[in-house]
Amino acid sequence: MIFKALFLQLFTRPVTNRFPAKYMPKSVLGFLEKVGEGKAKLVPPVPVTEGFRGKIAYDREKCIGCQMCIRVCPARVIEFKPEEKKIRMYVARCTYCAQCVDVCPVGALSRSQEFLLADYDRFSPNLVVE
Amino acid sequence: MREKVKPEEKAEANEIAQACSTCFEVPIGPIHPALKEGIRFTFWIEGERIRKVDIRPGFMHRGIEFMGTKRNLIQVLYLAERICGICSISHPLAIVQAVEQAAGIEVPPRAQYIRVIIGELERIHSHLLWAGVAAHELGFDTLLHYVWKVREPVLDILEDLTGNRINYAIPIYGGVRRDVPPEKYPVLKDALRYYRSLVDDFVNFFLRDPSIEARTRGVGVLTPAEADSLCAVGPTARASGLRKDVRQDWPYFAYPDLEVKAITPEDMGLEVRGDVYDRIVVRLLEVVQSIEIIERCLEEMPDGEITAFPKVAALLAHLKKAEGEGIGRHEAPRGEVIHYIRLQAGEEAPVVWKVKAPTYSNLMPWYPMFRDQEIADIPIVAASIDPCICCMERVQIVRDGRAETMWREELLRLSWDKTRRIVGGLGASHVAREGI
Repeated sequence: MIFKALFLQLFTRPVTNRFPAKYMPKSVLGFLEKVGEGKAKLVPPVPVTEGFRGKIAYDREKCIGCQMCIRVCPARVIEFKPEEKKIRMYVARCTYCAQCVDVCPVGALSRSQEFLLADYDRFSPNLVVE
Repeated sequence: MREKVKPEEKAEANEIAQACSTCFEVPIGPIHPALKEGIRFTFWIEGERIRKVDIRPGFMHRGIEFMGTKRNLIQVLYLAERICGICSISHPLAIVQAVEQAAGIEVPPRAQYIRVIIGELERIHSHLLWAGVAAHELGFDTLLHYVWKVREPVLDILEDLTGNRINYAIPIYGGVRRDVPPEKYPVLKDALRYYRSLVDDFVNFFLRDPSIEARTRGVGVLTPAEADSLCAVGPTARASGLRKDVRQDWPYFAYPDLEVKAITPEDMGLEVRGDVYDRIVVRLLEVVQSIEIIERCLEEMPDGEITAFPKVAALLAHLKKAEGEGIGRHEAPRGEVIHYIRLQAGEEAPVVWKVKAPTYSNLMPWYPMFRDQEIADIPIVAASIDPCICCMERVQIVRDGRAETMWREELLRLSWDKTRRIVGGLGASHVAREGI
């Protein structure tokens, strides 16, 4: 019977993290603005693990323009800029497999820990890496 | 979407009408309470009892196999991962076997063990997810929330080992992409100990709960003979007493060393009845089995390389040269998944990619399971095979904007044509010679 386990549950902390605030604000955007102004405090998201595959970070200087990442990318995130021999990534399409990180011969690409990537515009500066 | 009624179909409908003059026809789906995915059931109901059922899949077709033949093999791997959101390692594990067979790649032993560990962790999480869904279908939402709460640690472990909670992106042709370093063993062992300590709770909450027993005992019975003749796979077959498991019958990866045995309710000292209750028993026992397998893996795992191709560019070059065909099979949490692949030298994309997901084999057993059940038991009986409709959908026939139903002879003819196309196009003529 489940009653005992349920009763004990009353005295344990919830498993879920109350992100972004302990109680749901009336307007999430309004709340985030307040956080920006320093008037409210954000409940931090659950920290990610060390090996987490988040948004891909790009080191422009190291890139040699070999296009191997474009060949292996399953979601066709990466676009080649022929005049500069550099790449541009549209993060909104990314599946976060990090295969491009594995294939890069010079280590210009790396996994970052960033994952809060929700946005209204898929071409916003936050979601286009170049 | 209107359907063209074929003469065969009409004759069948008349037959039902004659056999059961007081039957009502109740359509359920494609959007319905039993499953999150689209499939349509038509029930012929007499009073509260189901007399006959018809199933119409085809609403979730995505054309994945076609997409696969337009991409190179590394891209196909991640596409395969996205065939199913829950068994997101089963499909990659099957396709890597197929490609390794076709391209003649030898996999280092440590990689084989890591594949087994991730595969078994996924089985734990998938069976717990199913247990929650089953509780929900019974109207026991308290248990749903409890089970999904205890499912979190295994997802955390998967995130720790692979980098993501789902879609792990771990296997690659020739090995795995990430090692399980010895520093991670204690965390993994802690999680396994946690699940071991929960087994008694699960037996209490699921198997000794009077309301669950009342709702599942004798419901959705699939006899061993029916399970055998309808080719049921996975826990559905094992709950009917068939000792059928790819890990036991055709061991692959590190499974030959681990001596996995197929589990049936007999292992818990119960008589096999093949009902929904037995399916719960089998899945709970398999969670315990998975824990044992991972513990053995951690003890016996050899040191060494984790991939045959440390450089991805070398792997791509090798795959481009490869020619041949391969079949990969893996015991997914829902049953046997099979991938067939054919490679041609000079082509980066596979020429043919065929996927058979476990639910495809488990659809037909729905017919005997639903027979003479009550309307209220439809959700739990439907959910008891752990269906994953999206994985299974391989074809949808649309002609002139209308969906069509195909019958056996037509399908057989089309499948012969396709075999001829595949084999003939690649220079072999034995199919034509033997007059298949």
